[in-house]
Amino acid sequence: MTECTVDGEPLPFVPGQTLAAALVASGRIAWRTTRIGRRPRGVFCGIGVCFDCLVTVDGRSGQRACLVRARAGMTVTTGREDGDE
Amino acid sequence: MSEPGDLVVVGAGPAGMAAAATALHGGLRVTLLDAGPEPGGQFWRRPVRAADPAARAAHPRRGRRTYRALCAALSAHRRTGRLTLLTDHHAWTATRGEDGFTVHAVDRSRAPEETDVALRAPALLVATGAYDRQLPFPGWDLPGVLTAGGLQALLKGGGVPAGARVVLGGTGPFLLPVAAALATRGAEVAAVCEASGPSAWLRRPGPLLRRPARWAEAAGYAAVLARHRVPVRTRTAITAAEGTGRVAAVRTALLDADGSPLPGSERRIAADTVGVGWGFVPQLDLLVTLGCPLADAGDGSMAAAVDGGQRTGVPGLYAAGEACGVGGAALAVGEGRLAAVSVLADLGAPGRPNPRRLAAERAAVAGHRAFARAVAGAHPVPPGWSSWLTDDTPVCRCEEVTAGAVRSVCADGSAADHRQVKQLTRAGMGWCQGRMCGPAVHGLAAPGQPYAPAERLIATPLTLGALAGPGEPPPVPS
Ligand SMILES: Cc1cc2nc3c(=O)[nH]c(=O)nc-3n(C[C@H](O)[C@H](O)[C@H](O)COP(=O)(O)OP(=O)(O)OC[C@H]3O[C@@H](n4cnc5c(N)ncnc54)[C@H](O)[C@@H]3O)c2cc1C
Ligand code: FES
Repeated sequence: MTECTVDGEPLPFVPGQTLAAALVASGRIAWRTTRIGRRPRGVFCGIGVCFDCLVTVDGRSGQRACLVRARAGMTVTTGREDGDE
Repeated sequence: MSEPGDLVVVGAGPAGMAAAATALHGGLRVTLLDAGPEPGGQFWRRPVRAADPAARAAHPRRGRRTYRALCAALSAHRRTGRLTLLTDHHAWTATRGEDGFTVHAVDRSRAPEETDVALRAPALLVATGAYDRQLPFPGWDLPGVLTAGGLQALLKGGGVPAGARVVLGGTGPFLLPVAAALATRGAEVAAVCEASGPSAWLRRPGPLLRRPARWAEAAGYAAVLARHRVPVRTRTAITAAEGTGRVAAVRTALLDADGSPLPGSERRIAADTVGVGWGFVPQLDLLVTLGCPLADAGDGSMAAAVDGGQRTGVPGLYAAGEACGVGGAALAVGEGRLAAVSVLADLGAPGRPNPRRLAAERAAVAGHRAFARAVAGAHPVPPGWSSWLTDDTPVCRCEEVTAGAVRSVCADGSAADHRQVKQLTRAGMGWCQGRMCGPAVHGLAAPGQPYAPAERLIATPLTLGALAGPGEPPPVPS
């Protein structure tokens, strides 16, 4: 098992897994809130179409967790509204 | 800017892989690019290396030989240098000039770093596949509610079942392999809710009975579901999801002939995960941008209009696979091969398959397409689906526009299609640019007419860094 860091906590992942798969495997199904209704959002389409799963990766916001593969040492922050700048 | 080749193929699913292999075999120089980490597309999504054997078991046996042969052909041509395989490359727009096409892609192989690349060729094949069609229902934006394809992608690609107790709903044969894969992987599948009736297939026996292999496949999934005691409820839909913070239960109902819930037939089923899909919507962004004419695919969506050789209405532009209408992996492979044969002919390349093989391929494609049409006919989107929306159901997940808001602009006559609804309500204006809500908004504004996506210039949001990258300057939106 390898680890990256999500919101300051270690997140284990299997090499090749996306951030979304690793988050779901760890029991997290939602990781941000919407701008207007503050509704929770996580993985929905799983293939990069819906943009529900946005996270910030190594300081870059607006990354789709279902597309970005987890890498050791990656620093991920979640919870930003719509991944806006 | 890379060396210009003969053919750029966007999408390395079954269609794009088959097309590239055939074009390479015929002597062309090909660039094959895909947004994913390796070729395979949605059907041949490779499991993560260390994933357990059960995740591998979720992988289709069907077509595995074809997959291996295509992988071997592509590897061989990478060594000869005639194939450039670009994975983690997302094509975000394409333009057509006098000497052919320029495809602009972002290289995300070192994500989150992004670099813009521009690829040129006289011929372009778009094989970008499809994604699950979604119809909103109260609670569909609760965490734990996913698309059926999303559940499958997490399981096949990530080795992760998204939950412990799952209910699947929607329509179409795709729900069965998802249910079988989840059950095999140890999830409890509490129900599969199929909106169509069991007799729907019997009304179209011809093309369906002519494909015994597909029956055997369906029977295989049915056997898995029976072994795991998964109930398949026909004429039934998930009409609501409930829970706080995560889905805890769904409400299901029997549907009448037009798809409205029958009063008194409601049930509540506890579940921590829900997967929904109403067939698939072709991914047409690049084709629409290039002015490709569309045609009614017969399943509620428009798809790329192609001739018998997969040529679109734009010279030099070809389309294959689910972008031309949904029909499964075998059809996608056949269409990919036919498209490559057309490219070889149109570019005057020497290597072409013998006429007898070509005729057999054409016949196989026609058979698969007839089957796909019959399946689509047996699994329509029920016209009464919108009756389970409440006014406060979000339709657009990005901009949080409700069914009530969409209905009011349609009812007072100020919006007649999804583009007008977007202008008036912002539905479809968020991050996904209407990819998720488009078909549903269209269904509310213009029921009964096939859905055609609006033009989206940028098929993927880019950082400014990538736009200012080393590639050619991107076209300016006008
Ligand atoms: C999420 C999902 C899961 C599925 N799982 C199954 C399954 O388990 N079993 C089954 O029988 N059928 C499944 N299907 C149906 C499946 O799509 C088809 O049977 C088959 O894969 C179609 O082949 P294709 O080559 O047309 O498209 P796909 O296999 O969808 O391939 C299209 C490829 O194009 C790439 N692409 C798209 N847009 C771009 C772009 N702009 N730039 C670069 N690359 C791009 C994608 O990354 C993808 O790899 C699934 C569909 C979806 C959406
Ligand atoms: S889950 Fe839809 S884009 Fe990631």
